[in-house]
Amino acid sequence: MIPKTACLKILGAGLTGFLLVAVQASDQAWGNSPVSEQSVKPDTLGWPARFGLGRPATAKEIAVVDIDVWPDGTGLPAGSGTVSAGKALYTAQCTVCHGATGTESATLGGRLVATSLTGREKAIGNYWPYATTLFDYIRRAMPLTAPGSLSNDEVYSLTAFLLQANQIIDSTVVINAKTLPKVVMPAQKFFVPDDRKGGREIR
Amino acid sequence: MLLGGAATAAVAITQTSFAKAVQIGIPEKAFGPDDPTKVPGAPPGELGTRSKFEKLLKSPSEISSRTPLQDLYGIITPADLHFERHHGGVPVIDPAKYELVIHGMVDKPTVFTLADLKRFPSVSRICFLECSGNYRGRGTNQKLSPQDICGLTSQSEWTGVLLSTLFREVGVQPKATWFLAEGSDAAVMTRSVPVSKGFDDAMIVYAQNGEPLRPEQGYPARLFLPGWEGNASVKWLRRLELADQPFMTREETSKYTEPIRNGKIRQFSFTIDARSVITYPTYPATIQKGWLEIRGLAWSGRGKVRQVEVSTDNGKTWHLAQLQGPVLDKAHTRFRYLWQWNGSETVIMSRVIDETDYLQPTLRELLTARGADTGGYHLNPITAWEVKPNGQVLFRPEV
Ligand code: HEC
Repeated sequence: MIPKTACLKILGAGLTGFLLVAVQASDQAWGNSPVSEQSVKPDTLGWPARFGLGRPATAKEIAVVDIDVWPDGTGLPAGSGTVSAGKALYTAQCTVCHGATGTESATLGGRLVATSLTGREKAIGNYWPYATTLFDYIRRAMPLTAPGSLSNDEVYSLTAFLLQANQIIDSTVVINAKTLPKVVMPAQKFFVPDDRKGGREIR
Repeated sequence: MLLGGAATAAVAITQTSFAKAVQIGIPEKAFGPDDPTKVPGAPPGELGTRSKFEKLLKSPSEISSRTPLQDLYGIITPADLHFERHHGGVPVIDPAKYELVIHGMVDKPTVFTLADLKRFPSVSRICFLECSGNYRGRGTNQKLSPQDICGLTSQSEWTGVLLSTLFREVGVQPKATWFLAEGSDAAVMTRSVPVSKGFDDAMIVYAQNGEPLRPEQGYPARLFLPGWEGNASVKWLRRLELADQPFMTREETSKYTEPIRNGKIRQFSFTIDARSVITYPTYPATIQKGWLEIRGLAWSGRGKVRQVEVSTDNGKTWHLAQLQGPVLDKAHTRFRYLWQWNGSETVIMSRVIDETDYLQPTLRELLTARGADTGGYHLNPITAWEVKPNGQVLFRPEV
């Protein structure tokens, strides 16, 4: 909507210059145009390709915050864990909020262990689609009162214990960056994308 | 609450239309001078305050706090009454140290300070923000207010930079289809969002209703996804990572997904379906015979509200409500319907139609479509209110 000549003029000018010209141009072109004509999207015609703001992120500083783990295992750190070590950690650090066996549901943290795969009460064994999510979540958010306090080996062990308690792996499996992404979760097959799309049909 | 207090300075007798004398006690400390025209008032101040006669409060639980919808007018939620939902408490973040890093499938991994974000061309937009777990009307309790039933929705004017502007700045690569948004709270909250939403209308916002964001809403900067479930608009935003797949975080797998029919679990159900709710008259209000204005809010995550209908005879007949303009996209819209109550028992309710022609369903219709085990996400049923002959208004549970 800004006249072509104005666009040419502002190319190469600084951001402030652009805004000034744009405002003047809009005053002339639109007069008192109603609010509805002014889209929430800015007219990008006169924008520079880049504003040159921000500074390059170094690989080192990205690594500090890049803690997410992907379903294919991308992001899993070195280290490993066992079911027995995980059981001891669970008893020491998790039972207070998740119950002695993890099947307890009337707890602050809620049920972690499913007693049956078809049970309607959500737990890891009957509702979680990816095992990698367990590592990611425990490492970033648990225990609730001391998030980020567990070592990678401890998180691997707690992951191993919770998978075993949910009858997904047996008690001898070692969990690490190689084995964890291979664990197939029983609930994965239940997940479907959102199919609501407006209109009359209720979904 | 007022009656029986020791600090009652005056008792007023009011005559109701039921010809019953009602005593209204007025507490002493709330009592101003007898005649405010005879005493100079308070001098100008640094910060405005609410009238001491008004008591507007959110209702907190351990994990959330609800907006008092029944006490508000118009469409803007005062920032201090905006609902709260967070998974690791409200963090304290020094704006001078705040940084947002964007990396992954981008040409230029970049760190932006808050000052950087504020230098970009800005955009302001009035939109609702609603938690997808916003329905507490299943059960038998009739003493529920709109705040109790669906107080996890609020509306603000949000100001910030369009995410598309930042995407262009860092050069998002064509193969990137999803991005992870991560917060710097104790939950280190994460959600995956389609890149298309980032180019469509997503914003990084740093202001709310003209002032910097409130800490509870993500100070100093948050993601804002118009029309989408609140959890995905990650607060206290510290990082965006571009990728070619969703990350499958806990909040988009174990939580914020809903069981539907045939044992399936629906995932990435971002959009908030249209809903309306009457905010007056509702519990705990008591009404009197004669003319009154039924008032409420209606909104849709899919666009504009097209029409709101009100029934005053338990859903037998429906009447067009008046919409207060401007009717905005993905925004709470105020509706009104003038009603003459004849004093007999009835049930009032509202339903909205949005611009996709979606008609707000009943709870039964929702449960029929999804199965009885669907849980509490994305429930937006018609909400009904029972009006008793004595003027009492109660929530009327559906099933
Ligand atoms: C002080 C209480 C507390 C302690 C201790 C605690 N948790 Fe939790 N946990 C919670 C709460 C509360 C939640 C739900 C958090 C939310 O929804 O935001 C939770 C959620 C979880 C979940 C996700 C459950 C789901 O279905 O989505 C896992 C897994 C978990 N905790 C594992 C652990 C482990 C392992 C430990 C021990 C290292 C632990 N927790 C210690 C309170 C606690």
